[in-house]
Amino acid sequence: MTTATAPEVTPGTTGERSSRARVAHLVQRQGALVILVFAAVAATVAFDSFGTQRNLTSIAVQASFLAVVALGMTFVIMGGGIDLSVGSVFALGGVLAAWGSQHGLLVALALPLAVCGAIGLVQGLVIARGGLPPFIVTLAGLLFARGLLLLITDEGSTTYKVPPGAAFREIAQGKLLGLNYTVWVVIVLFLLGGLVLHRTSYGSTTLAVGGQEDAAQLMGLPVMRSKVIAYVTSSLLAALGGIMIASYTSSGVTILGVGMELEVISAVVLGGTLLTGGAGTVLGTLVGVLLLQVIKNIINQVGSLNSNWQAVVSGVILLVVVTAQQWLARVERR
Amino acid sequence: MTTTATPPTRAEAETRRRRGLDLDWVRTNGVYVALALLFLLNVVWTNNFLTERTLLLQLIQVTPVVIVALGMALVIGTEGIDLSVGAVMALAAALIPLYVGYGAAMAILIAVLVGFVTGSLAGSMVAVVGVQPIVATLGIMVAGRGVANLLGGEIKTIREPGIVSLGSESLLGVPYVVLIAAVIAALVWFAARRTTYGRQLVAIGGNKRAAELAGLPVKRVVITTYVVAGVLAAIAGVLLAARSQASDPTKLGQLMELSAITAVVIGGTPLSGGQVRIIGTIAGALLMQLIFATLVFHNIPDSTAQMAQAVIVIAAVYVQMGRRRSTS
Amino acid sequence: MTDPTITVTEPRTATVLETAGVTKSFGGVHALRGVDFSLAEGEVHALVGENGAGKSTLIKVLTGVHRPDGGEVRYRGGRVDFAQPAAAQRAGISTIYQEVNLVPLLSVARNIYLGREPRRYGLIDVPTMERDARELVERLGVHIDVREDLGRLGLGAQQMVALARAMSVDSRVVIMDEPTSSLEAREVATLFDVSRSLRDQGVGLVFVSHRLDELWQLCDRVTVLRDGRDVHTGRMDGLTRTGLVSHMLGRDAGELARDGATEFGESHLQGREPVLSVAGIDARNTLRGVGLTVRPGEVLGLGGLLGSGRSETVKAIYGALPTQAGEVIVDGRPVHRNSVRHALRSGVALLSEDRKAEGIIPDLSVRDNIALAVLPRMSRMGIVSESRIDKLVETFMGKLRIKASSPRQLVRELSGGNQQKVLIARWLCTEPRVFLLDEPTRGIDVGAKAEVQSLIDELAEQGLAVVLISSEMDELVEGADRIVVLRDGAVEAELDGADLTSSALLAALAGDIAQADAAAQEEDR
Repeated sequence: MTTATAPEVTPGTTGERSSRARVAHLVQRQGALVILVFAAVAATVAFDSFGTQRNLTSIAVQASFLAVVALGMTFVIMGGGIDLSVGSVFALGGVLAAWGSQHGLLVALALPLAVCGAIGLVQGLVIARGGLPPFIVTLAGLLFARGLLLLITDEGSTTYKVPPGAAFREIAQGKLLGLNYTVWVVIVLFLLGGLVLHRTSYGSTTLAVGGQEDAAQLMGLPVMRSKVIAYVTSSLLAALGGIMIASYTSSGVTILGVGMELEVISAVVLGGTLLTGGAGTVLGTLVGVLLLQVIKNIINQVGSLNSNWQAVVSGVILLVVVTAQQWLARVERR
Repeated sequence: MTTTATPPTRAEAETRRRRGLDLDWVRTNGVYVALALLFLLNVVWTNNFLTERTLLLQLIQVTPVVIVALGMALVIGTEGIDLSVGAVMALAAALIPLYVGYGAAMAILIAVLVGFVTGSLAGSMVAVVGVQPIVATLGIMVAGRGVANLLGGEIKTIREPGIVSLGSESLLGVPYVVLIAAVIAALVWFAARRTTYGRQLVAIGGNKRAAELAGLPVKRVVITTYVVAGVLAAIAGVLLAARSQASDPTKLGQLMELSAITAVVIGGTPLSGGQVRIIGTIAGALLMQLIFATLVFHNIPDSTAQMAQAVIVIAAVYVQMGRRRSTS
Repeated sequence: MTDPTITVTEPRTATVLETAGVTKSFGGVHALRGVDFSLAEGEVHALVGENGAGKSTLIKVLTGVHRPDGGEVRYRGGRVDFAQPAAAQRAGISTIYQEVNLVPLLSVARNIYLGREPRRYGLIDVPTMERDARELVERLGVHIDVREDLGRLGLGAQQMVALARAMSVDSRVVIMDEPTSSLEAREVATLFDVSRSLRDQGVGLVFVSHRLDELWQLCDRVTVLRDGRDVHTGRMDGLTRTGLVSHMLGRDAGELARDGATEFGESHLQGREPVLSVAGIDARNTLRGVGLTVRPGEVLGLGGLLGSGRSETVKAIYGALPTQAGEVIVDGRPVHRNSVRHALRSGVALLSEDRKAEGIIPDLSVRDNIALAVLPRMSRMGIVSESRIDKLVETFMGKLRIKASSPRQLVRELSGGNQQKVLIARWLCTEPRVFLLDEPTRGIDVGAKAEVQSLIDELAEQGLAVVLISSEMDELVEGADRIVVLRDGAVEAELDGADLTSSALLAALAGDIAQADAAAQEEDR
């Protein structure tokens, strides 16, 4: 093997990526942002009422409930899982908060977080330790949370009200610098989420687990712990979303959150997170949430349109975006 | 140089297979045992359980799940998933009152055609574009439910005699809906076991790249599978509308995707694809139906029933998974 | 066959990792039956054996994946019982697997430091991490951007990153399980350099490879396993190739030496018109105007280093690799470009090099795997005829001596060699005119290897046109009637008749035609 001593060693790197591939990569990750900007600009031009501060604030507040839940889902999906229970947990959290608000602010906050956190913990343990598909486990979680909600509301017939003047109302109705507290909560949580994902070993473990679970296991990373934490976080944030909406509407509405998991998953995927896990950004998720909210808002602006158009349009957008992502990924690979 | 068999490998495989056989027995038959036990339990504990009326009612109620789950089993066999089935049911049902003026047959044909269209769309997204099944069918689910609501509006009652009789009449004591489900089950079983399509389907689910390189028509098989799932969902929607003599685009078929997936998994088909168990799927659907009915018989409130169902689903899947892990 | 440039290092006496009488069984099957193995500091220790001899089980015991049933594992003088791989790793035992076990979607730097990232104020210090990673990979002589996603690198570079990770944890023991199977020759050279420098720093290395030549290049000692026992331990330099193989097989050395290292017979070329002719194949980034012809009964060897375009060429012929230009003609009829199905119908078959990912369908039976490609032909109006399949499968299982408990046994339960035979049977069912074989003997045990080699011979004898790719030079030189050598996606040379020697092939692989001619003349003399 004397001739095998090679002149230089540059083991099979893919070499320089073409500029086309770089653009494709960018568009693939930021496609939702492009559509968001486009939609916002178009709406501002088309409807006088869209660009008003009042309307934009309303979009931000409406989006904040979804955003909080979507942040938790982002961690779950990046870790290679999925959480279908968020809609139910969201509703349960809201009902528990409204009930708890009769007994003071602390109960209104602690009770939903404790109960929903426990649901998340059980789901996480069953998924991580038992090795069950997240799909099925969180589907059962959806049923369970919904059942629990019905149980504490006399089979759905009781709607708890937040007492007038309760401090609990301030959570979503109070404002700082003209923005509702919920919007600030979202900003803080997303900054924190980004930091956790990209600058802590918990974050890298989550990405590693989502990208290649076997490898993460062999590297001795705390795979189970990262999964459990993801599901607990998801349930806690779903509960927080519920608390926020209970504060906003001053009541525990029992019928909320049906189909919310799908909206949340759409937002995360629109934001460029791979549904198979291992890659994505929390900022993308925020963009995805805003995009869905802007679309809803536009549909409301067009007075003649039935609100069912929201579902049609967001479904179609999801399909178009994933098709585009797929196509772009193909361009990038070349 | 002749080969000597490498003894440890072969012996190892041998025991693994023997152990696998025992586990396989439980795995494939666990659902039947559970079904039989629950049935016996009801015979003993539930009043008026063993009557023709009660049993027929259970069968009638389970038909939509069975029909949808059969399509789902095929899709899962390709390593896919179809979340759009519930929305497709609603969409198909919503079309019945709109086209019933052209006659029952025409309305049903159009409704079923919708399943064909959504199935083709889902299949093409998955097979041609390469979108993950869960995302493609999620989009169709959201959009499909929206379109159903747009077209259907409020709950509409259906009075057309042809459709009403489809949902309420019987042949030789067996309700039409049950008969239709039985025929569909037989056809799907035959397709999965005895046709090139069925064989190719499990091969694709087992190793797609290898199937491609073996010259299998991967795209065609995958698209066909989603079309079948869509058409079956549409048929289930039509039957449900016919039975309730109404179409409610918001409620009809809600959470059906989840019931169908549960039936398939409990019936022993792994979500990882490469296997299709038709009889197991039917038994899985029957088991879930019977569990729920048992709770209703004993006046357990809806809330508790749902929570119980959640626990049962986890337990059942856990048992399946536990066995699967030890075989691999 | 021993390499003349053996590095003679005195094995230091200190034992770093050893097993004493380790046993392990799975459901009554004894995978290890009392293995004594010892690894000294500062040595490279080869671990060899046929498939099923217990190599992988032993490695898994050493690295904490499995716990031994009996006997004990001692590490740095004390008895250890690792509960999981992470524990072994923390103690300083790193493993580099055949299939790289890293995370493709994360950057190189992240992969090296996953779980041990440098921190500042409790958060990961990315600049420091990337700087350290850069220094580390450069010490390995590899030039890659550590911020690049790992998945964008070639397999060889990924392997180096795995090694960098092992180095970064200051391992005392590095276990390399088939690390070279996907590397180019020059990457192998780098890997060996790095391994030697680790050895010189006192690290103990365990090296597993199917490529026997590599053992003499790198290893100081060898332990041979057979049927779960250690049957031989000794220095590499006292051992001949035949001696080693006879330890592995437990057979007489003289019997093995009888006819070379492979089972190929003589040429049986039938001087007819080419059945396959390929011209001007271009594929983006991989192939540039590749052309070749094969006559019936001919075995055409396709030589080249990894990345030279060998596998890409056969995939392009088979329609499984998108091409931008080119012509493939089988039996005088053109084959549609980029269509596997048309290639198959035209009588081309491809045995892919990646048996697991592109070959077997693990959860289907032997029978269904064999019949897979011919299902439409075994059916009437879309309905499968079971009896016709049974007959076909029975024929091929007998012909190829496939060892399975029954045709219904799942293919994933078979040994690598038998899986390979199942795949060959799958393709022979299609009655091909041209058979493209990409590394047909990779990763299968010595016995099955010989069987596959003589089978290839038989097929050519029956008039099939065969294209053979092999990384093993002996296999290529002895098996092929003619060799086309590829380099950087283009045909570099063609070796024929008297030129068909190992030294000429080596020279051609290195890209030096003049040297190839010289070598050929040397052989003639």
